[in-house]
Amino acid sequence: MKRFLIPLGIFLVLVVFLAVGLNRDPHEVPSPLVGKPAPEFRLEQLGAAGKTFSPADMRGQVWLLNVWASWCVSCRAEHPLLVAFAKQGGLPIVGLNYKEVRGDGETDVKKLAAGAEASLTRQRADAWLTRHGNPYTLSVLDMDGRVGIDYGVYGVPETYLIDKKGVIRFKQIGPITPEALQQKILPLAKKLAEES
Amino acid sequence: MKLATAAATLLLALAPLAHAGEATPMAADPVIEARLIVISEELRCLVCQNESLAASRAELANDLREEVRKLISQGKTDAEIKEYLVARYGDFVLYRPPVKPTTWLLWFGPFVLLAGSVIGLILYLRRRTRLLAPTALSAADKAAAKALLADDGASPTRPKDAA
Repeated sequence: MKRFLIPLGIFLVLVVFLAVGLNRDPHEVPSPLVGKPAPEFRLEQLGAAGKTFSPADMRGQVWLLNVWASWCVSCRAEHPLLVAFAKQGGLPIVGLNYKEVRGDGETDVKKLAAGAEASLTRQRADAWLTRHGNPYTLSVLDMDGRVGIDYGVYGVPETYLIDKKGVIRFKQIGPITPEALQQKILPLAKKLAEES
Repeated sequence: MKLATAAATLLLALAPLAHAGEATPMAADPVIEARLIVISEELRCLVCQNESLAASRAELANDLREEVRKLISQGKTDAEIKEYLVARYGDFVLYRPPVKPTTWLLWFGPFVLLAGSVIGLILYLRRRTRLLAPTALSAADKAAAKALLADDGASPTRPKDAA
């Protein structure tokens, strides 16, 4: 009897390891940026040509930075939740429009005339927000994806929760689910709002 | 047959030329390009995960290669470039994870397992040789055995009959 206990034990350990390992999403790579200051940038806003935005403008507020694009299918899935959340007015959401033209996989930017990418970006992003609702306090245009690289974006949508001091406190990879919003983002945002 | 081999060889020789047309303008400098390949083969593409940054054709991989080119032309060392990417994407971008407390199990686990198995095997073999070692019979044992053998099997004291 006793000689079966050791293989059984090894088997059970293996089952536990596999159960944990196989239930994790390999596409969710923990971000090294959580707990670090949100990378600085200054980008033009959507809807207001010439006006720029920088994360420093949000100092003193707890806010969400949501990476989106009109070609991104999962963004579309996530969008109704963001619109509903914005209506409740919980947190300001800043949209980072990521590679609107370059990311669609069809347009070759090198063939576009100078300035055409910017106008095409504004046109597509505006049309998408008009159609599906605009949950954003404002959106900024990251046309070449440089800011996306600084934020470690590798799969749109991604959402960052940033505290009053400008430190990233949480990163959601992929669409925000109602569970993630209720169980992770909102409780943490409430706690952060109480910090000075 | 010979013709087919020649044709195949020619095709293989021409294959690199077929790709040359897709190079980006910045690829002009062969020194930068050579370093880019060395560095990006050690980096993982985050979108496809099982492909290196050098091999991947994903959008993001393209952007990151462009970024690495820029860093090379700025005169950054390989270590600085890797550090730059790790700061944004985490240790996951490295195909060779660094040795630190969270990766000790990964690096040393197999050796611990091997050492444990070897110790287990040695212990098992020792015990086995001890069990198999011939035991010397005492004079009394020999006498008892002899008595049993001499007995023709009709003795009522034999266990089989006693039962």
